[in-house]
Parts: sequence; C-alpha cells; structure tokens
Amino acid sequence: MIGNIVRTGWMNLRRDRAAWMLSFVVPIVFFSIFASIFGGRRSSTPRVTVLIVDEDRSDRSKRLVNALRAESALKVIDKADAASAEAVIKKGDAAVALVIPKGFGTTQITFGPAKAGAPSFRMLRDPSDMIAPQVVSGMLQKTLFVGMPDMMITGGMDALEKFGGPLTPQQRENLQKQATNLKNLPRQKQQQGDLVKLDVTDVVGSKDNPIIAFYGAGVGVMFLLFTASGAGGALLDEVESGTLDRILSTRVSMSKLLAGKLVYLWSLGVAQLIVMFVWGALVFRLPLMSHLAGFAIMTSVTALTCATFGLLLASVSRTRAQLSAISTLAVLSISALGGSMFPRFLMSEKLQRASLVLFNSWALDGYINVFWREAPLSTLVAPVAVLIGWAVVFFFIARQLARRWEFV
Amino acid sequence: MANPLVVTNLVKSFNGRKALDGVSLDLRQSEILGLLGPNGAGKSTLVRTIMGRVTPNSGEVAIFGRSAPAGDNVAREQVGVVPQEIALYPLLTARENLMVFGRYHGLHGDALDHAIQESLSWAGLAERAFDATKQLSGGMKRRLNMAAGVIHKPKLLLLDEPTVGVDPQSRERIYQMIETLRAGGVSMIYTTHYMEEAERLCDRIAIIDHGRIIASGTKDELVRSTIGDKREMVMVEKVPSLEAVFLHLTGRDLRE
Repeated sequence: MIGNIVRTGWMNLRRDRAAWMLSFVVPIVFFSIFASIFGGRRSSTPRVTVLIVDEDRSDRSKRLVNALRAESALKVIDKADAASAEAVIKKGDAAVALVIPKGFGTTQITFGPAKAGAPSFRMLRDPSDMIAPQVVSGMLQKTLFVGMPDMMITGGMDALEKFGGPLTPQQRENLQKQATNLKNLPRQKQQQGDLVKLDVTDVVGSKDNPIIAFYGAGVGVMFLLFTASGAGGALLDEVESGTLDRILSTRVSMSKLLAGKLVYLWSLGVAQLIVMFVWGALVFRLPLMSHLAGFAIMTSVTALTCATFGLLLASVSRTRAQLSAISTLAVLSISALGGSMFPRFLMSEKLQRASLVLFNSWALDGYINVFWREAPLSTLVAPVAVLIGWAVVFFFIARQLARRWEFV
Repeated sequence: MANPLVVTNLVKSFNGRKALDGVSLDLRQSEILGLLGPNGAGKSTLVRTIMGRVTPNSGEVAIFGRSAPAGDNVAREQVGVVPQEIALYPLLTARENLMVFGRYHGLHGDALDHAIQESLSWAGLAERAFDATKQLSGGMKRRLNMAAGVIHKPKLLLLDEPTVGVDPQSRERIYQMIETLRAGGVSMIYTTHYMEEAERLCDRIAIIDHGRIIASGTKDELVRSTIGDKREMVMVEKVPSLEAVFLHLTGRDLRE
C-alpha cells in the first residue's frame, strides 16, 4: 500500500514539469551560481578597496601610500580630497577611505599617548561593511611597522630615551645610520617579511574547492525544504478535490497514507541531493566519491527530516495558498538562520548557539564535517541523532493534526 | 441474507446544530435508493457517515449485517464511493488513475489489469485510456470518477450526484452504466437534485430535510402519502411529478 502511494507521488511528479524543474533543475542552477561566485575566490585573496586622500603630499606620505598600494589585501584608489572620497562611499563604490593628514611627514611617531595637537589619520567608512574598515585599520598599522621601519626606529629612539634614559651620542649615531639605511632600501625589500615569520597551513577543507561543499549542502537543504513543503501540499490538493475521502474509504488508513507520503518525500529528497552533489562532483570537483559513506548517512537523515517538516507544514495549513505563504516564510527564515545562505561560523556566537535549535543547522554541520573537515563518521552521531529526533517530533505532530481530515 | 445497508437512528451534531436527527433507512439487495433533499438537508453527512468519514453521536451503520463504525475499512471493503467532486489525479492518465485506486483497494497483478480493462470499457473510455485525466471532457471525467469507485467490484455503491454538470448524452451513458451495475446485483444509494433522474433510476426514494427522513417509499407510495386525492384536483391531465412531491415536502424557499 505504501509502495503504491510512493509510486503515485513519482507518477504525478513525472507529469508536473514545474515541480520537476523546482526539484532538480532550479537547485542545480542556484548551486552553480553560488559555487561560481564563491568557489573561484580561492585562487586570489579578496581585496578591500580603499580610497586614499593624501592631504600631506610629503615624501613620507607618498612612501606610506606606495607601501599600502603594495599590500595584496588592498586595492588603493587615489582621491584628491576628502569630499570626493566621501561621495564615492555614499555612492556605494567603496566602503572605506583613509585621509593622511597634513603634517604627517613632519610629525614624529610616538609610542604611548599621542601628543596634543598631533595630526591624526581620518577614516571615512560605510558602516554596513563591518569588515573593510577593520582590514584597512590593521593594514595601516602593519604598513607603518613593516613598510616604514626607519620611521619606527626614530620614534623608538625617542621612546627609549624617555623611558630608559638618554642614549650615548655613539648609540644615537648608529641608530640614525641604520634608520637611513632602512629608508634607502629598495621598496620590494622593505615590503618583504613581517615582524614575525608566519607559515600558513590549511588544516581543514578539501584541497581542491572547499567552499563548494558548504554551498552544496546549504543550497541543497534549502531546496529540499521547498520541495518537501510543495510536495507535501499534494495532501491539501487531495483534501480539496475529495480524493482524500476516496482514498480513506479504501484499505488505506491515514497513518498508512502519511507513511507513504513520508517515504515518497524522503525518496524525492534523496534523489534531489544525489543529483545536486553529483553535479557538484562533475562540474565543481566536489570530492563526492571519497566521502560516499558520510554523504549517504547525512543525505538519508536530512531527507527524512525535511520530508517530515514538509508534512508538518502541509498539515498545519488549511489551503494551498496558506501553505505557500507559511512554507516560504518558514523555509527562508530557517535557511537564513540555519546557515544555508550565510555560513554560521560568520554569525555572532549568540546567534550560532541559538541556531542550533534549527534542524537544518545540524544538517549543514554534518555535511561540513564530512566534506570540509573530513572528520570521522563518529562525528556524525550528534547531527544524525538530532535530525532523527526532529523527524520523529515533526511526524508525530503532523499525524495529530491530520486527524481533522480523518473523521469529523 | 442481511440487507446491504441498514442505518439505525443516526444522530450527528456540528456545533450544536443537528445535521442528522435520528435517520434510519435500509437498502435492499440490487436496489437503488434515491436520497433527495435540499442543500444542507443532511444528505452529504449521511453519505459520509455511511462511508465511515463521519463519527455519529449515536446510532449505527451496518453493512451486510456487520456493524461498521467510522474508520472500520474492513467492514467497508464491499463498499464503493463515487463522490460529487472529480476525486482523481488530474496529471495521471485514465488508466493510471484506475490502477492507483485499484491498488488502494488491494487489487494487483492480472486481477488489477483485468479490472482496469473492464472498468474502462464499462465507462466507454477504452480509447482514452492513455490520455491525462485533465484533458478529458467533463462527461468523461464523471465516468472515470465512477469507474474509480467500482474498480474493486463493490456490492454496495454510494453515488453522490454523479451527473452534475454533464451533457444529456453523457448523462444517458451514466444511466446505462448504473443499470448495468444494478443488473449485476449492486445495491446503490443515489443522491441527486434531478427529480426525473430519481424517477427513472430509483426503486425507492427517501426524502431528507433538517436531518430527518421525512418520507420514503416508491414514487407511487410517496404521491399517495403526500399529495393523495389532491391529484385529481390539481393535476388534470398529468400524474404529479416527483418534483411536485419534493417541493410539497420541502417547500419552495431557496436554501442557499
């Protein structure tokens, strides 16, 4: 009997081109868009655009601008004055501008509190970009230290004498000579190295294209929810057309009907995720074959929970139109909070903790454990347990709500 | 042998309003019992209670001598339902719809194939078997709707206004289909608003209003018991129609 319900679901889907597109084609298109946008960024570091206004126009300020221009993390654009820089930011073409003040070239760098009346750098920013100003601020400090060492030595000598006692004339002469040598170093050599040597090694993430796995899971789970809620709406169609009455007057009970719908939605979800990840493997080099076991586990439980969620939404709704409104709101909300659209690790800690209430965040964590962290299968115990737990709760509530269609 | 259907003193209230108020009736072997009544009289509630979709507050439904409370689908295995709505899957073909409902009734294999062929032929849809249901005409959908209700060869059939919205030709075909079923020994409850249809098809008529059976019997019995002698005074050249009986019993006021 359940097999017949599943077969009926697939027969209907086969004939419904719109549902077919929504289930298998649209997710792939979205996935490809996300993967193309974000997947290709691994080859080059994303650069922050910064507008530079050099009000000082001294030799030292020119050196600073050149040093900033040499930073690979920054894209420097010169601006004649603060007003024109502000106009560019207001227009949205850049998020931050740095104004080098008049007098920078003749003012000594001080360690500790700034001297009264000393000229200060100004930063103009678009506060909607929370990252760019911090990057520019950090790069400014780093550039002053690494790119203009002579300036730091001179300032350091003053601080040393202030806090440690006066230098001998010989010491002062040697340090001054060193500062001059550093100033005359070719620019490339000035830029070489940092204050401390730093070797960077990626310890998590697939070697080829790590972010693809994240978007594969994120987009996949989001569309799974849309598909499940849409397909669950077939139940409402059956109610409205009188087909449900007819079905329930056969050997099929409401429990069997819901179980059949659940198996159909589950099989649809599994098929959808397989298509999505196979596409990811073929087109974006997602390492599917080397993570088959983890993929199979996460796909099975994720499809199960999404299927029960679809049934729950359908049983909560009174009409198709109501289902459409409720499911759009619910799916978009939990997709945003659960990390389908925006990685959870970029959210605040509070929000990250709160989002653990949502089942889709566990699904995404599971997929990320499999494909990104390449963690052992034992790490999937928690996500799997939570997802199955939610599936049981959703199905139980859906079954209770479906009583209203059973008898009056 | 027990009657196919015996309904005893059914009472059902919705929000304090009685939809069924002590309804009793019985259906005999190979009989078509017409159930007439204005909108909101309680016909659908009665049919749905017999289907097992409504739980009565009191009273009993017995099918072939066996008590059949709501939800007892085993007791209703010999019951077929033809709802007023086109309760089919529009994207599936005529054949696929019959296959789906045949399977829901427990048919499979050769028995299912045979039942599908027979049903398509009975409904005059053999040549449209592979057309999507949504592409069929209104009359064809009606006939397919009936075929889906009898695919498992029920002995008791509930027909809820099976000719609504069809042209005279399709209606004639549906009458023939029903006559074939009666000849095969199927007993039927037939609800309709068309009086001439009831006159033509039904062996007996039960008229329901305000949740009660207010009259029942053959057409002649109903005429005798309601209009009686007035016939000679009111109808000079013609025997009163069943519609006249119906309006006499239920009034001429529009219900909705």
